[in-house]
Amino acid sequence: MSKRTDTIELSCPVPLPAREKILLGHGSGGRLTAELIRDIFLPAFRNPALERLDDQAIVNISGLRLAVTTDSFVVNPLFFPGGDIGSLAVHGTVNDLAMGGAQPLYLSAAFILEEGLSMETLRRVVDSLRRAAADAGIEVVTGDTKVVEKGKGDGLFINTTGIGVVPHGVSLSSDQARPDDAILLSGPLGDHGIAILAQREGLEFESEIRSDSAPLHRMVAALLAEAPAVRCMRDPTRGGLSSALNEIAAQSGVGLELDECVIPVSEAVKSACELLGLDPHYVANEGKLVAIVAPEAAEKALAALRSHPLGQEAQIIGRVTASHKGLVVLRTVLGTTRIVDMLSGDQLPRIC
Amino acid sequence: MKYIDEYRDPQVARGIAAQIARCVTQSWVLMEICGGQTHTLVRYGIDELLPPQIRLVHGPGCPVCVTPLETIDKAIALAGHSDVTLVSYGDMLRVPGSRTDLFHAKADGADVRVVYSPLAALRIAARQPERKVVFFAIGFETTAPAHALTVQQAARERLLNFSLLASHVLVPPAIRVLLESPRNRVQGFIAPGHVCTVMGWREYEVLAKDFRVPMVVGGFEPADLLEAIRMLVVQLEEGRAEVENQYVRSVDRFGNLTAQRAMQEVFEVCDRKWRGIGLIPQSGLRLRREFAAFDAENIFALEDVAVQEPPECISAEVLQGLKAPTECPAFATRCTPEKPLGAPMVSSEGACAAYYLYRRHDVLCAK
Amino acid sequence: MCLAIPGKIIVTVEEDGVRMGRVQFGGISRLVSLDLVPEAEPGDFVLVHVGYAISRLDTEEAERTYRLLEEIGLLEAQGLDVQKSSSAE
Repeated sequence: MSKRTDTIELSCPVPLPAREKILLGHGSGGRLTAELIRDIFLPAFRNPALERLDDQAIVNISGLRLAVTTDSFVVNPLFFPGGDIGSLAVHGTVNDLAMGGAQPLYLSAAFILEEGLSMETLRRVVDSLRRAAADAGIEVVTGDTKVVEKGKGDGLFINTTGIGVVPHGVSLSSDQARPDDAILLSGPLGDHGIAILAQREGLEFESEIRSDSAPLHRMVAALLAEAPAVRCMRDPTRGGLSSALNEIAAQSGVGLELDECVIPVSEAVKSACELLGLDPHYVANEGKLVAIVAPEAAEKALAALRSHPLGQEAQIIGRVTASHKGLVVLRTVLGTTRIVDMLSGDQLPRIC
Repeated sequence: MKYIDEYRDPQVARGIAAQIARCVTQSWVLMEICGGQTHTLVRYGIDELLPPQIRLVHGPGCPVCVTPLETIDKAIALAGHSDVTLVSYGDMLRVPGSRTDLFHAKADGADVRVVYSPLAALRIAARQPERKVVFFAIGFETTAPAHALTVQQAARERLLNFSLLASHVLVPPAIRVLLESPRNRVQGFIAPGHVCTVMGWREYEVLAKDFRVPMVVGGFEPADLLEAIRMLVVQLEEGRAEVENQYVRSVDRFGNLTAQRAMQEVFEVCDRKWRGIGLIPQSGLRLRREFAAFDAENIFALEDVAVQEPPECISAEVLQGLKAPTECPAFATRCTPEKPLGAPMVSSEGACAAYYLYRRHDVLCAK
Repeated sequence: MCLAIPGKIIVTVEEDGVRMGRVQFGGISRLVSLDLVPEAEPGDFVLVHVGYAISRLDTEEAERTYRLLEEIGLLEAQGLDVQKSSSAE
């Protein structure tokens, strides 16, 4: 089949439950993904480390707390404003480790290459990965290469495993949010998702939007140094802010309240979302984090984020509450309220 | 964004809401027709700003919701042909047909692609002359002119591998059916602002006069809808039944004549089945015979199949504004966006989905 | 239904016999067909739906009617302030 660079990447928001097939929506980070994990993967691999379902697993080896994460990168197009699949692979993995408070140390990189991929493309991706790893201060220590037949892959996929060490005294987990905790967001939403969409011909608009893909571990270290009373952190990647917050609400058994007036979104991302009928709360980010912080530490945490180049537009966007457990509620710009629900699959542009 | 942001100003919104509260003396049932208006009302929680005497019911203004099951099945059937590339707006992909939907068809190997504009579909056809590119053209009068131009461009460029599976619906005949129903309780209508941008509002004058029901052409931002509601309430309180225009920045009485001409050149009015309502005479558009070469119904000899909705789904009553989504016993329990029983739960403009996404916690708190 | 967004025409171009405009929406721009609004010129605002401009905005009417709405909002807010301060006394 020919490469589909001229249309919006299909993603499936709604399954018919009687079907027994994997749909694109199962990879979207929303409800379908959660169901797949709950129904197929968790029952197979039950253990405490896995069941925490955080962005990383933390295991104890002779007193050393090791953070481990694995990730696969299947982005299409391979190259986009602000990054490519290579740099994204490093940043995404580093960030999963950083969300657990870990210092990232080592990376593995397994490549699945489609027969016919140009050597030049591979060189560009590998070079970008190299530079991103060096910049983040981590080493790629092992890897793998497989080639699949033409038509069986989107050019190039990368799977990574990241290893880091969690310092003493740092204990972050998505089930630790408590009523009155502050919700912090490190910067404007939607840059990555919209930058990707802008590359796809079906949507075809010119914008200044670049992916925000970036390694967050140094900002996290600065945050934890200034404000140790952080309960948990998530990076709002696939499924956007909504997925990350709904997961925290579910795992901690709390409600979250957000103020739409203070959630940062750039003008360009806002315009693109208006045009396509998208909600920025569901668009992917690759260089942002959400942190739940004890109320007395909120201002310090905000200052720590803002003092870092990647967190200059950080905001306190809401509070944790004991009401409406498991639900994320938004106070709109008009002062009314509505739910920010988890989507089933990816958001689709609409005309209606 | 200019001409959008200022219509979301909270002070303006509250000001209009206060005016409504001051002038209302009794209960009124109002209907907004367009799904985009439903989306705004629910997404901004506008009912929280309105006095309790105003009850809003949501009309059938969602082409996704009202596209007949048979048409969805035809699209899925076409997508199953190995030489067909089915191109569609994102809205349609999730809608369940009688057995499956376009996403499942894709999982089964069908070539289904999503676009923002029909121009992208033309480009696909131009670049892949060996594929039969079928564009799933749904919509109201707002979208029909764009589809008309698309067909004309295909003809000019001799893109003979391009065709439309067209399923357009017209709003005024549906409103007439609603108003003729003995169960109708709607006393005033917010007319669809973008449909009227194309068509003007003359067709609504006839309806206002025949049924003595006021209508206000409304826009899509909070201030637009609140102002349209205020204008309706004033008319109702004064016992008037006229057509007024709130959406003056985009709509005038005659509409866009260039767009109407394009529609008339390419399409002709026909009877159309509306999912959840039934057959409404002269309420749809089909391609004229001169454009048969671009009509997928003609090229592919598709057959009509009789289909039925699941019995629990009350979408018929929701679409006609007779029930609110929250009055449906299956709402948010057996019928959710993941496992929809009917179309209004699938479309992001559908009343049920809008309620589910934004308002569920009221229901959950009440239970 | 009918998602249509207002944008400003920056420049017009001809593409495959179709009159297109580069339309600016806030921070992004897109090429849009202008065939349904032949009277639209650079500097005009148009309403864009599925990649086609479907109307030219009447910006004077928009400004005039919006000023009225703004007034109402202001008066209402002031009225509330008056209420608040009088109840505080």
